Amino acid sequence: MAVGAEVPALDATVPTTPVAGYWTSVWRRLRRDPVAIAAALVLIAIVLMAIFAPYVAPADPYRSSMLRRLRPMGTPGFPLGSDELGRDMLTRLIYGARLSLFMGVTPVVLAFGIGSAIGIFAGYLGGRINTLVMRTIDVFYAFPSVLLAVALSGALGAGLGNAMLSLTIVFIPPIARVAEAVTTQMRSRDFVEAARASGAGALTIIRVHILGNVLGPIFVYATSLISVSMILASGLSFLGLGTRPPDPEWGLMLNTLRTAIYVQPWVAALPGLMIFITSISFNMLSDGLRSAMDVKQ
Amino acid sequence: MPVVTEERGGPAQPLLSIRGLTKTFSISGGMFGSGAAQLRAVDRIDFDVLKGETLGVVGESGCGKSTTARVLMQLIAKDDGEILFDGERVGSSALKLKEYRRQVQMVFQDSYSSLNPRLTIEASIAFGPQVHGVPRAQAVARARSLLARVGLEPGRFAERYPHELSGGQRQRVNIARALALEPRLIILDEAVSALDKSVEAQVLNLLLDLKEEFGLTYVFISHDLGVVRFVSDRVMVMYLGQVVEIGEADTLFERPLHPYTAALLSSMPSLDPDRRTEEAPLAGDPPSPIHPPPGCRFHTRCSFAEPICAEREPALYDGGPLQRAACLMLPPGSGHSRAPASMEPAHG
Amino acid sequence: MVDAVMAPSSVSRAAEAAPASTEPLVRVRGLKVTFSTGRQRVRAVDGVDLTLARGEVMALIGESGSGKSVTLRALMRLNPERRTKVEGEITVAGEDVLALGRRRLSQFRGGEVAMIFQEPLLALDPVYRLGDQITEAIRRHENIGRSEARARALALFERVRIPSPERRLDAYPHEMSGGMRQRAMIALALACRPRLLLADEPTTALDATVQIQILLLLRELQRDLGLSVIFVTHDIGAAVEVADRIAVMYAGRIVEEASARDLIRTPRHPYSIGLLKSRAHGALAKGNRLVAIPGAPPDLAALPPGCAFAPRCQLAIDACRAAPPPAIEVGPLHTARCIRTAEAAALAAA
Repeated sequence: MAVGAEVPALDATVPTTPVAGYWTSVWRRLRRDPVAIAAALVLIAIVLMAIFAPYVAPADPYRSSMLRRLRPMGTPGFPLGSDELGRDMLTRLIYGARLSLFMGVTPVVLAFGIGSAIGIFAGYLGGRINTLVMRTIDVFYAFPSVLLAVALSGALGAGLGNAMLSLTIVFIPPIARVAEAVTTQMRSRDFVEAARASGAGALTIIRVHILGNVLGPIFVYATSLISVSMILASGLSFLGLGTRPPDPEWGLMLNTLRTAIYVQPWVAALPGLMIFITSISFNMLSDGLRSAMDVKQ
Repeated sequence: MPVVTEERGGPAQPLLSIRGLTKTFSISGGMFGSGAAQLRAVDRIDFDVLKGETLGVVGESGCGKSTTARVLMQLIAKDDGEILFDGERVGSSALKLKEYRRQVQMVFQDSYSSLNPRLTIEASIAFGPQVHGVPRAQAVARARSLLARVGLEPGRFAERYPHELSGGQRQRVNIARALALEPRLIILDEAVSALDKSVEAQVLNLLLDLKEEFGLTYVFISHDLGVVRFVSDRVMVMYLGQVVEIGEADTLFERPLHPYTAALLSSMPSLDPDRRTEEAPLAGDPPSPIHPPPGCRFHTRCSFAEPICAEREPALYDGGPLQRAACLMLPPGSGHSRAPASMEPAHG
Repeated sequence: MVDAVMAPSSVSRAAEAAPASTEPLVRVRGLKVTFSTGRQRVRAVDGVDLTLARGEVMALIGESGSGKSVTLRALMRLNPERRTKVEGEITVAGEDVLALGRRRLSQFRGGEVAMIFQEPLLALDPVYRLGDQITEAIRRHENIGRSEARARALALFERVRIPSPERRLDAYPHEMSGGMRQRAMIALALACRPRLLLADEPTTALDATVQIQILLLLRELQRDLGLSVIFVTHDIGAAVEVADRIAVMYAGRIVEEASARDLIRTPRHPYSIGLLKSRAHGALAKGNRLVAIPGAPPDLAALPPGCAFAPRCQLAIDACRAAPPPAIEVGPLHTARCIRTAEAAALAAA
């Protein structure tokens, strides 16, 4: 029997059990990462707390009482103390999660959508369009984010909506840069060339071949920006450019409790602690996601 | 699966006709790509690819064979010259680019990066036909039948991802993907070079079988001269962006006309331990394509070089019935001492 | 003058080397290398025996997963220490490589054994000039002054036939062409006059015309300096050009070992025969197909119990699949790990 004379021979080395798709294997790796799991649990707790605030919080966040100002932690009726207007800290912190999370996540989500679109198109089209778009983006990127946020907010005026808008604008350039870099890398891969060679148009190629490979890394980068966004939003509120009193928001609470730091330091620091815990959890989850996605098969 | 070929020009018409093809790259570019130095990767080359043949393309680094392949595929735009596919100019109203792309496909060297890691094998193969309007169900069916044809059982392989396959299997997938559009011409750019030797032989056999079955034409680019001789009907030798010799495969290998071809062929390791190569046929490395030598580009390394070679650029000349080479030793009266005497009667 | 500078320490140590002239330079017995990556343990080399005489060139041929590069690296203990388990006996120039301490190992590498790699750009430091890299290597091993080291570097460049050597000593790796870089890497390897040169696919990435130059250079160096070479490649042609002996590896074992002539003329293992027969060469008439070996190189994590080649071998019988075949001597200095070498011989002649 002549070797190889018949139908091309099969290779024997295909695994018999189907290996999972990419996202399934990412999920599995993530599940085994203790730090990421812990961070995720913390975040889930905070989110649930924010959603079910009316049911979880013991008191009314707006009810003030000048008699009960700045009580320390453990006072009956005020488990975590009271703020400078006599409102229950625990309740304010719980309700504060709503606004703080919202201000942290919304700008990043919007910037993710807009920035990715800009970056992917610039990256795919290349050449002069790429240069034009990316150098324009670089102009914005050159400003320190805090400065830019404050400047935009100041120009637009105080208020939640304007703060969201200015933060979104702040985050579009870094996301666009990452999107462009990853897309440019993908663009030169042979399979994209092969897709072009089969006559597909740019939109089809981006949709079928580029997006699936590129959104992952951009998403991971974006999640790492959530903590920055929260801090920036708190900073804006602190400066009076974001949420306005009496709305509970951690950054704003830090501002109004500023003078109380000599009177009740622990109570005054609590909003900052919440910001810290939430940001760190987002960061760790983002890191864990990145490692899980990074493994080359 | 027989293929209906849309014959336009008839069997005598070359499938591809290349005239004066040029591609220049600017390097060390400024902010908008205006470069200081120019790299003539492909410099006014002419050649034909005949219907049903396998044209082997050989040459070393910097010769421009990969660039030529990409220009033929229109993956990079040519700077000058003409590409005629079955008599029609590519990009003209008679032959739009998208239609051209259906008829000419390419298989790349790196089997892994040629496949989208996020798509299943089946989806990758079915993508091309869907782009050209084939409904999804039909495209998938075609993908599965092609998988079977290249030796990968559809039941086991269709739903897999590229990273689960070996190099040889992936390359078969790439071949199936190229066939999915029912092309007439397939350009194989070092398609088997990255494979293990035992797998390489299998894939070469597959390529030959498919060529017969589907009536394909191949352009086979490779640095492995033995393989090129085996698969090719005609061979084209490139050096520094130009075609230095083109001719029937066996003739070229047995009686090369161009000194570079001769040197390249004798660089092949002998498989005989008793008759080892004693002297390297060429010294030094191929020169940089950024500053090619004047006149005949090979004259700096040629043992037959004479002063005339630095002054005149030789054109392809018929040195035999099926062979053409660009060397001043061939045309009569070229000025080279080895050229045959001029046939024209002396003046005066 | 050049040769006196270049001659390996073995020549200057001729006095103490008196009885060693017949003793092999390299002796490997029962080498097993196992990699542990996370949960998986892969045996990359499974019982390799090698002997290399002084001044001899041996080629290790194999495909991916054959273990040829791992074997080579084991000779200098270059495999990553934490994940690798090396068993067996490796003796080079009378020294037990696996028992060397840190300092002695450091002197050993470069001083007794040196290695050249497939891609010079990865092996040479991109931010240092070549001359500096060579003089640094020399001065790390020997206590000589800078100008003397530089003179040796120049002699080395001349020896490996780099044109305008004086000027090239001050060049950076990226400024040189591929072939030149490979020569520079050979010069660096020879800087401290090792007795054994290990070459890991040194010509695979080179053009054909440059490849033959480097192969000839290696032969010349071996001849003039009495250098011993172990040369890993997947290209049989390159191996035949350079090697005196050839060992064919498959799935971590040497399946056939013979002189170059014997291996090409009378191969006895079905795998070697398959490799030789599947070569595309011009003598095959057009329209024929190549005689290909079916299947693909095995997954080292899931090797079959018997002969690793049995799944792809047309001569395989049950005895082959039951136990790994022993090394059979099929001729003078010619061994093959196969129990059906007689049938294989008939196959080769067909």
